[in-house]
Amino acid sequence: MQSPFTFAFPRPSTRRLLRVSSIGAAVVLPFALFGLLVAYLPFIQQPVFFAFVRESLKRDPATWAGTQWLYGAALLVAGILGFTFAAIAGGIFSWYERRVAGRIQSRIGPNRVGAGGFFQWIADAVKLLFKEDLVPAEADALLFRAAPYFVVAGMTLTLVALPFGQAVIVADLNVGIFYILAVTALIVVGILLSGWSSNSKWALFGGMRSAAQVISYEVPSALAIMTPVLMAGTLSMQGIIQAQGGWPWQWFINKNPAAFVAFFILFTSQLAEANRTPFDLPEAESELVAGYMSEYSGFRFALYFLVEWANLWIISAVAVSLFLGGWQIPGVTAQDWAALRGGGAFPRAAWWAMQFASVLVFAVKTLVLVNVVIWLRWTLPRIRVDQMMNLCWKYLVPGGFLALLFTLLWQIAVARVPLLEKGSGWILFAISVYIVFRFFVLTRQNISRVVGDRVDLTNW
Amino acid sequence: MSKLVLRRIDRNNEEMLVNFGPQHPSTHGVLNFLVETDGEVMRRAIPDIGYLHRSLEKIGEMVGYPGYMPYTDRIDYLAAMFANEGYAIAVEKLIKVEVPKRAQYLRAVSCELNRIASHLVSIGTMATDIGAVTPLVYALREREAINDLVEALCGARLTYNYHRIGGVAFDAPEGWRDKVLRFLDRFDSLLQEWDRLITWNEIYLKRLGGVAVITREQAVDYGLVGPNLRGSGVDWDVRRDIPYGAYADFKFDVPVGRGWAGTVGDAFDRYYVRVLEMAQSSRIVRQALEKLPEGEYMAKVPRKIKPEAGEVLSRVESARGEMAYYVVSDGTERAYRVRARTGSFLAMGIIEDVSSGLMIADLVALIASLDVVAPETDR
Repeated sequence: MQSPFTFAFPRPSTRRLLRVSSIGAAVVLPFALFGLLVAYLPFIQQPVFFAFVRESLKRDPATWAGTQWLYGAALLVAGILGFTFAAIAGGIFSWYERRVAGRIQSRIGPNRVGAGGFFQWIADAVKLLFKEDLVPAEADALLFRAAPYFVVAGMTLTLVALPFGQAVIVADLNVGIFYILAVTALIVVGILLSGWSSNSKWALFGGMRSAAQVISYEVPSALAIMTPVLMAGTLSMQGIIQAQGGWPWQWFINKNPAAFVAFFILFTSQLAEANRTPFDLPEAESELVAGYMSEYSGFRFALYFLVEWANLWIISAVAVSLFLGGWQIPGVTAQDWAALRGGGAFPRAAWWAMQFASVLVFAVKTLVLVNVVIWLRWTLPRIRVDQMMNLCWKYLVPGGFLALLFTLLWQIAVARVPLLEKGSGWILFAISVYIVFRFFVLTRQNISRVVGDRVDLTNW
Repeated sequence: MSKLVLRRIDRNNEEMLVNFGPQHPSTHGVLNFLVETDGEVMRRAIPDIGYLHRSLEKIGEMVGYPGYMPYTDRIDYLAAMFANEGYAIAVEKLIKVEVPKRAQYLRAVSCELNRIASHLVSIGTMATDIGAVTPLVYALREREAINDLVEALCGARLTYNYHRIGGVAFDAPEGWRDKVLRFLDRFDSLLQEWDRLITWNEIYLKRLGGVAVITREQAVDYGLVGPNLRGSGVDWDVRRDIPYGAYADFKFDVPVGRGWAGTVGDAFDRYYVRVLEMAQSSRIVRQALEKLPEGEYMAKVPRKIKPEAGEVLSRVESARGEMAYYVVSDGTERAYRVRARTGSFLAMGIIEDVSSGLMIADLVALIASLDVVAPETDR
């Protein structure tokens, strides 16, 4: 007999549709997203854009007044694209993180909405959209409402100078990495505002912690960023990537022992700036309820989480661009790119294909780092405020200075003896390979010693 | 009540007064702490209890002796077996009933399983309070297994009402012994996995080592009991020093805080004493199941319990430390007075003294390491 408590919702046909569409979305969404970026962003690079104006519109781009207006409109579309990218990446990461957390915690994780629960992030966003947008009594309503916008702006503005591929970037600013550092600071403003305006002591605690943490960690992060800047001799993101090569021994992390250290300093301080475990003090649930977001509800609350997850992409992408070779495809040199590109005319199809390949290389590297950040979150406990400050000012800042000094001397030495850079590249590459190998060996050992239940994958 | 607490706070200074609870993720139930803080550093935290007061002691005077047994479950919902046992022993002393050997062994088995379950919640929530959310799920998974075993034994998963005056409610079902042993085999190696998972994590050690130190003298002065007392280096366990029930028959060690993370009596010692105690509980269960005697599981107890006038005190070692029942009979069917002395209430007393100078994050560690359960505090 059928239990009276089973009810068929969604209906089998709906469920099938959900499953198929979610698998389709999981495959198509990333490709469509990156495809759009590849198709559109190279187009607004100055040479291509000028070629378009010259050849298709038959105007002289240097003198025609419409060029400016057209470029402005093109940038607007790029802005919408960037926003879409951040929103969808953040959404998919939220689903992915919960699935990984489920695996780590010996449970299943969201698996109801679509195949593998892939549409969970859409369901959550819709739910939060429909919730009441509550402003607490005696809160500073204007600041309270405005705070999430600062946070979102701080996150999305970084996408302007963040590269995706060889020519896939909104604008290759000549102060690219400096610009990224500057606009990320907007996030602190938003968090402080939300902490202050909530009229809640816990939120205030969270805001103050966040201010102390993010501002402190910007120092080692900036110092660590100086290392690749010195090595490349430019602040432009594309310039820094172009100074590296496609093979791992040509990456900055391996070219210079100080950069090897600087990478970990940067990674640690970026974890702190993004409020990720073990530095999630501003939103420490067990201490501050939810920190600066305690009083938020509805879609404003969702915005904070969107930023948190979209930040995963940004911090990983910055680290990949500065230290891990960015979009460089192994074996493809700058000459190859120039040869593919041809003269001033509109680029050929092979060039577009290579662009897509470079985006893929970049995305794979970034997603590996995103994965590491997620692992860390579900593995480590949280450190205390004073320990957080100690780590920053006693270890990371001096370490960053030492790396900077060493790089200065290293660059002088490399100019005299170019072999140094090559040797360092090979030796550090060997060390990195050994570290990754040890990591896998230890993981295997740990898994073989597990006595608790292994997760049953049949319910995926 | 709350006004009394508030009166003790000086409003004319620079410190901020924060209500830590009663709805706060780390207060382990409805507790409230009035925290005077100067930024992140606390001046002190004053516990404000009574949110879960249910007059359980007064109810003991209103209902008959057997009728009070289910209420004792509610005194400590995470370790209800001990509350059952303490009350049962007290009444058995009053009416001078000898509990059959088999019942005593079943009591020991169920209590020690319950101790493991309670400690699992304690150390799991401790890890969560420190910010590592993963270990709690592992702990709860094992607790579920224990809940299944206890459910097979007595039909309940939280408020057992298993121990009765004169014995236990049910005999162990067929095949139960093997199930328990199979679980323990897995559990013993799981304890090592637990150590790899969180205990010796560098950040975890740094967060707990040397934090919220309770010295030996302080612990004794404040009357701390159980793992909190032993964490401070005092070697005292009712099961070994004043054996009751079947405990005289078992061999087990009493783990005592040794300053594993630096200082004797810090939060880590209290935490790790609990981890080690689970291994000892597993040892006791194995011994008890091995020697489980045949025979009755319930003594002959009259339906109407009407003890002679008199007073008794029973002491059991609960998961939260020594639990004492003081029952006074005036010769009628109802007790004249039932008094329960519980570990959490005593632990709350020390928080104000220990908390001064700690950071807010340490207060969370302190509360978690004392393993405070709200209904046991308020009753």
